[in-house]
Amino acid sequence: MAEETTLLPRPDFTRTVPIDKVGVEERVDRLNKRSIKTESKFWALKLALNMVDLTTLEGMDTPGKVRQMCYKAMHPHPDPDIPAVAAVCVYPNLVRVARETVGDSGVNVASVATGFPSGMYTLESRLEDTRYAVEEGADEIDMVISRWAFLKGEYNRVFDEIAAVKEACGEAHLKVILETGELETYENVRKASDIAMYAGADFIKTSTGKVKPAATQPVTLVMLEAIRDFYYATGKKIGMKPAGGIRDSKTALRYLILVNETLGGDWLNPHLFRFGASSLANDLLMQIIKQQTGNYQSADYFTID
Amino acid sequence: MLEEKQLEKRAGNLIFRNVWDYDPAPEKPDHVRLKEKYDLFINGEFTPPEEGRYFESVNPANEQKLAEVAEATKPDIDKAVEAARNAYNRTWGKLSGRERGKYIYRIARMLQERAREFAILESMDGGKPIRESRDADIPLVAAYFFYYAGWADKLQYATPGMQPRPYGVAGQIIPWNFPMLMAAWKIAPALATGNTVVLKSAETTPITAYKLAEIIQDSGLPPGTVNIVSGAGETGVEIVNHPDIDKVAFTGSTEVGKLIQKSLAGTRKGYTLELGGKAANIVFEDAAIDQAVEGIVNGIFFNQGHVCCAGSRLLVQEGVADMVYHKLKDRIETLVVGDPLDKNTDIGAINSKAQLERINKFIEKGLEEGGEMHQSSANVPSNGYWCKPTLFRNVSQSHSIVQSEIFGPVLAIQTFRTPKEAVEKANNTPYGLSGGIWTDKGSKIFQVGQHIRAGVVWANTFNKFDPTSPFGGYKESGIGREGGLHGLLPYLKLN
Amino acid sequence: MAKRLDVLKTYKMYTGGKFIRSESGRYFVTENKQGKELANVCRASRKDVRDAVKTARGAWGDWAARSPFNRGQILYRIAEVLEGRKEQFRHELMQYGIQHKKAETEVEATIDRLVYYAGWSDKYGQVFSSVNPVASSHFNFSMPEPTGVVAIVAPDDSPLLGLVSVLAPVITGGNTAVVLSSETYPLPAASFAEVLHSSDVPGGVVNLLTGYRTELLEHLSRHMDVNAMYYTDGDEDAQKMIQEHASLNVKRVVFDHPKDWTSENLEHPYTILDFQEIKTTWHPVGY
Repeated sequence: MAEETTLLPRPDFTRTVPIDKVGVEERVDRLNKRSIKTESKFWALKLALNMVDLTTLEGMDTPGKVRQMCYKAMHPHPDPDIPAVAAVCVYPNLVRVARETVGDSGVNVASVATGFPSGMYTLESRLEDTRYAVEEGADEIDMVISRWAFLKGEYNRVFDEIAAVKEACGEAHLKVILETGELETYENVRKASDIAMYAGADFIKTSTGKVKPAATQPVTLVMLEAIRDFYYATGKKIGMKPAGGIRDSKTALRYLILVNETLGGDWLNPHLFRFGASSLANDLLMQIIKQQTGNYQSADYFTID
Repeated sequence: MLEEKQLEKRAGNLIFRNVWDYDPAPEKPDHVRLKEKYDLFINGEFTPPEEGRYFESVNPANEQKLAEVAEATKPDIDKAVEAARNAYNRTWGKLSGRERGKYIYRIARMLQERAREFAILESMDGGKPIRESRDADIPLVAAYFFYYAGWADKLQYATPGMQPRPYGVAGQIIPWNFPMLMAAWKIAPALATGNTVVLKSAETTPITAYKLAEIIQDSGLPPGTVNIVSGAGETGVEIVNHPDIDKVAFTGSTEVGKLIQKSLAGTRKGYTLELGGKAANIVFEDAAIDQAVEGIVNGIFFNQGHVCCAGSRLLVQEGVADMVYHKLKDRIETLVVGDPLDKNTDIGAINSKAQLERINKFIEKGLEEGGEMHQSSANVPSNGYWCKPTLFRNVSQSHSIVQSEIFGPVLAIQTFRTPKEAVEKANNTPYGLSGGIWTDKGSKIFQVGQHIRAGVVWANTFNKFDPTSPFGGYKESGIGREGGLHGLLPYLKLN
Repeated sequence: MAKRLDVLKTYKMYTGGKFIRSESGRYFVTENKQGKELANVCRASRKDVRDAVKTARGAWGDWAARSPFNRGQILYRIAEVLEGRKEQFRHELMQYGIQHKKAETEVEATIDRLVYYAGWSDKYGQVFSSVNPVASSHFNFSMPEPTGVVAIVAPDDSPLLGLVSVLAPVITGGNTAVVLSSETYPLPAASFAEVLHSSDVPGGVVNLLTGYRTELLEHLSRHMDVNAMYYTDGDEDAQKMIQEHASLNVKRVVFDHPKDWTSENLEHPYTILDFQEIKTTWHPVGY
């Protein structure tokens, strides 16, 4: 999915794009009142499953655990109508295992890199981390920004680091994790989104999952609006990945509604929208089966991997 | 910011609902109890009209008759006023503030219990989306009763240095755009201050007021304290001109408000008037643009634009004008127009055939006068009264769609260069009900807000209502305030 | 020694900080109770009303924008200057047959009333404002703002104290006024203009006309740029006409007819509030 890279003029990131907190949250509340029924719900649940980056990012991850997750990613349910997930997401040292397991199934391998989750390492080691993951077979790199530099006001440093990681990615897609829970304000989220997009991000992503709050709907809306403004200005479509804390289908559908009504139908596919989640997939499956059968489901009927 | 040509060249507009359109999600009206015929509520009883005439109330979303409703004429108004006078002299007027408050609390609670039924009926009778009647109108109705219930035994703190007294019998006339909410705005403060009430609902939306009457009956409120009648303008005239009415409270058009003020000349009746508006929403280039666009949408498309304080004029600073327009065009594509009972509907039915004709006339006029129109591509049902969200550009202060209150989903967009110009244009109208300011700069809000001659200023927000918050107009938008502490004063005499 | 010839005073109207005659050139004669001619007085015309309203509108923005402290200082200054001219006003009231003691009491009550309202200038806003505890994440406050241009028909029966009692709450609140003075006793108002003129009151804030009610009430109440009308004569026919005309542009109309203008019961800030509009401002709270 390599796009032509034209160098965009770097905006002055010291200038803040105003965001009104209450207005953002009211918009989300209003969209949460959407009621998704019958066919449109079934379609969206399957789409959501197809957008999941099935993730495990624990110190206790083993090759065995990652392989199990990969099998599930490729084949979430016996029903052949139920799609695979978009990608699996692992630490760099497990990329090779994942790569070998998913093969050419169409499920991508994503790797966190750049000293995930804190990023508190030298730039050189973070770039090396990135190159390693790509060499091991990662299709996608989920990097973390230097929040310390951002909060210190060194926006150009953050920009330059992202640009350097992008270069290190080569053909791999770059998702830039803003860790919005540490940025605190919507205006910071907006600014970090802009820095990431102008520096070359293919996706912007909310969170590592290691900091609370992780993804929230208002933060996601602010990022979607940043993507929209970037699109208006450049014609380029940047992807969005909320990650962490999205556990149930109802919440996932609410995220899709945000996308549907902020960016429109062009973004409703795994090339431009992902969920970073682990337990969400099973809940989506339960709801899909409920839609098929009309019966509310029990967790006992769905595999734990 | 980017100009129109650049925007068109680089990305153009977004595409909505091409991939994922929502299936219908209708709120089921099966638990709503609707009578075939509604009689006048006088002296605690549902009473047939003296002259025996009934009119139809129609669902504007499908043009079907909902119920027959009694038309009140002079003898009915005489009875209602007499009942209210008796209640004032003998029962309600003798109660302590504390006991009055408890009745009002009781009504508030009963409204909450039956909230969904009221919301559905409000949408069926008036055409407003269930999302609004369910999430805004009816919760606010209960909230207004709760708020004023608590004032009933504390009135001496509302008028420091004075001993407040009620007027007596209040004649209240409400419009069709917020039938229940306007009834609450009128009845709750009147009861809290010890007045009794004769209220007339609007001709096209009489039903929920009678459902409210059922609650009032069930609450055990002394008979005659609140009397509810229905009818058209002539019925209203009988109330306004009735010699035993002490105070008139009217919400409606400026045209009718002026007639009422005139006809009350030479009487000692008090009056409050909540009349029309043509509010300007001023967007500065340093505003949070996405939230401003949302505010513009809420400002003009809330309740199909049937809102006296609607932000029907957009004044946008030149530097961001193209971007704001571009975003507005995209935003209105996402507005769902259609069945008011569908939970996803953003814009419901226009309240009546007559109102739709009026709106269409203004749209035609806007085009004739050279305005550039853009409407969303929404599909609308074949039956019923509908108007797509409509934007007009290339218009000036001298265009009719900029000057007149259209009371529909039609936004007139103009540009400005400086704050002074924005304020001048905002104030360049006989109205003065509300205004909007969008900027990230606090000091600008205070200055511009001070200069806007209007009773409600929404800064970085729009169309917000709360029982604690006074509402009412400057200039031809009316006299007096409703809501909050200030909303007590029109129902009290001081000495 | 020959008796000195008195210099007689020409009584003029006062608009825009200037002493003027009626554009019509007309006048009327004011007499005392015994029918003795006291002076010639300008008889304002429809056009004088038009010009005075225009002047009042022009002065309004600046007056309304002044700090309440400043308006209070100016009202107090009026009181100070009036105190220095007590004798003149007592004399003018006595010309109309009011007894010495009563005239003196009335002048003193007038001064005290000015002081009373001067004190309110920076307080009524506090008394009548509120911060409203709305349920959503918004800061919401309501405060009074002046209504605009107020046409005052000063009481006919109380040419000085009555005049000041109706004028002070209107201008304390930041409105500008077009005042039709007492028709029967026009002289004290004309002299009061001189007090205003030497009291730092900006030109156009108070515009004093003299003339006939039958002629001018209609033009005042029909004027589309008058925001409110204050009428205290208690004539019910006039009240009816005023309100009928007021409805042309939804003027606020205040009728009042006190029996005793010296009563301290008349002193309260609700008269100021009658010529105020409550403005409510909403703003979201959040970062």
